[in-house]
Amino acid sequence: MQTQTPPRSTSKQISRFLRSREIPVASALIVLVVVTATINPLFLTPQGVKDLLLNATIVVILAIGQAVVIITRNVDLSVGSILGLVAFGTGTLFAVYPGIPIILVFLIGMAFGAVLGAVNGLLVTIAKVPALVITLGTLYIYRGLNNAWAGGTQYFAGDRPRAFSNLSTDTIFGFPLITLLAVVVVVGVAVVLAYTRAGRDLYAIGSDPAAARLFGIPVTRRVLGAFVASGVLAGLAAVLYASRFNAVGATTGTGLELDVVAAAVVGGVAIFGGSGTVVGAAIGALLLTTITSALTALRVDKFWQQAIVGVLIIAAISVDRLVSLNRARKLRVSEARNV
Amino acid sequence: MSERTIIRSGESATTTTAGALPLRVRSRWTRILLSRDAVMFYALIAVVVYAYTQVPYFASTQTVGFLLLDVIPILLIAMPMALVIITGEIDLSVASTVGLTSAVMGVLFQAGVPIGLVLVLCLLLGTFLGAFNGFLVTTLGLPSLAVTIGTLALYRGFALVVIGDNAVANFPQELTRFSTSKLGDTGIPVVMLLVLVVALFFGVLLHFTPFGRALFALGFNKEAAAFVGIRVGRAKFWLFVSTGLVSSLAGIFWTLRYSSARSDNATGIELAVIAAVLLGGVSIFGGKGSIPGVIIGVLLIGTINYTLRLARFSDVVLSIVTGALLIASVVAPSIAEWARGRLHARRTTRLELQKAAAQ
Repeated sequence: MQTQTPPRSTSKQISRFLRSREIPVASALIVLVVVTATINPLFLTPQGVKDLLLNATIVVILAIGQAVVIITRNVDLSVGSILGLVAFGTGTLFAVYPGIPIILVFLIGMAFGAVLGAVNGLLVTIAKVPALVITLGTLYIYRGLNNAWAGGTQYFAGDRPRAFSNLSTDTIFGFPLITLLAVVVVVGVAVVLAYTRAGRDLYAIGSDPAAARLFGIPVTRRVLGAFVASGVLAGLAAVLYASRFNAVGATTGTGLELDVVAAAVVGGVAIFGGSGTVVGAAIGALLLTTITSALTALRVDKFWQQAIVGVLIIAAISVDRLVSLNRARKLRVSEARNV
Repeated sequence: MSERTIIRSGESATTTTAGALPLRVRSRWTRILLSRDAVMFYALIAVVVYAYTQVPYFASTQTVGFLLLDVIPILLIAMPMALVIITGEIDLSVASTVGLTSAVMGVLFQAGVPIGLVLVLCLLLGTFLGAFNGFLVTTLGLPSLAVTIGTLALYRGFALVVIGDNAVANFPQELTRFSTSKLGDTGIPVVMLLVLVVALFFGVLLHFTPFGRALFALGFNKEAAAFVGIRVGRAKFWLFVSTGLVSSLAGIFWTLRYSSARSDNATGIELAVIAAVLLGGVSIFGGKGSIPGVIIGVLLIGTINYTLRLARFSDVVLSIVTGALLIASVVAPSIAEWARGRLHARRTTRLELQKAAAQ
């Protein structure tokens, strides 16, 4: 057998970087922004960029929570309903206790989200029922609870302290505060997934749940954790939603779930688990929300927006499929050589 | 030591143990009367009887009419959807197909195309939309969950492109009236006959043809199915075509019933359809389910919702009930399984203790 000379590490790193799953979606985003900005320079004014980032923030946070769940070969369809419940809860908190510290509201919102996520996780892991069914059920139940609680009541931005609303208007170096918060969250979750034991376990579970169990990975605990994480992030997104948007009520966040799953899929998170990153999911969310603004800037009929989102999703999974087929072929060839 | 095998297609679990346990063999009739479909049917009857006697205004032909008109689109789409889920796939784009059909129908009709031709073109459109899903899933080998989330956005997007914010309402009165007309004095909509034909078609296809048996095999194990000569790709392709076609049929009905072609028609009913199919006993893993079960599932959700609405419960409770039913229907078998396991374990230990005492 011939020993292979190891390739130089820098070129290896570069080629690995170029083959990473985030590259196609990131390049699509860059092309979109560059083309739009060339045609309509107003697109990249400070105010334009700020709006772009603000619109993306909430979907980005939801998408990384979704990515964590999808990586374990599950899915959480109830995120839109969780967001609605927690957002209304936030409105209620400020209405009932006007002087409540903002940080406390964030903590309560995230804890509330965690409880709702834990219900999903417990049902999925203990009853051993597919997450698609359970979270479809809790999508209806949480939305129903939200309706029952809110009724016709809506809370408006005027009911909330100025400092809270300022979170989504104040900027540091042109970046809105809540977007910076989202970036911190993305980096945090990315580090956990890439470098911790628990994070790597999630990938193992998603690749092959049975093998993961045999290997001694606490599958139940990890999957439960993933759902709780998704709930916490949905809770965080909900509090930010209450800060960003004027009204929160019974229908807040309806129909968000499929957008969020779409963002994760566009970002290269494989729907059957085991691969993908939260950075990819975040870029996917950014891409999907940027399309809306870009179309407006390009004066394309706004009705085209959703069709383009559809094309993007299909393109993303097709590219993913091609890449994995290619990789499988290369693996076969290299294995055949080694034999 | 004991070893259990569970027969998946039947509801009774046969147990074989090293110690001589008395085997419970149920007769065919008891098995049918205790099956999941039967239990669902009893639940449906119970709800109907309760509503009939306790809820004011339920016992009228008008109620029957409105209830059935409400469930027709979901009932129609649930038929092919059941087959798709039995093969282990899913189609989330059905509601968008309804919307796009409705939009195209409105635009064509407004452009002066004769209504007969419009209907034919709409059905062709549905077939094509289904075939596109089928192509992506079977030829390119993409996961159907992701593909149909994509086409969910794509088809709804096209509906917006085609008709925008407009609505077309002036469809021929004969047709709109026909869509809500009743069979004599029974209150049953005439369209139910069409639904019956569709249900019969898919029921016979699934339960009485080799193709249908193959679908169950497919849902169990794709590789094994391919090995025994089932053309996996082709079967799935035609199933997606059928969901597209039936969805466009539902789209035509929707448009005529509300006499309004809009891009947002039927938004979100894909989840209602899937909830009803799963409640009807189709396993999301594939390989398990029946058409009668699905029909009962759709009628059960429809009747409960309608009853609650008549009893002046707000829409709030409706969604909680739908969700709770869905979760209960999938969690209950797991709990039953767990209880059966506990019971079985206790029985074997007792038997072993007796054996040990005898020795």
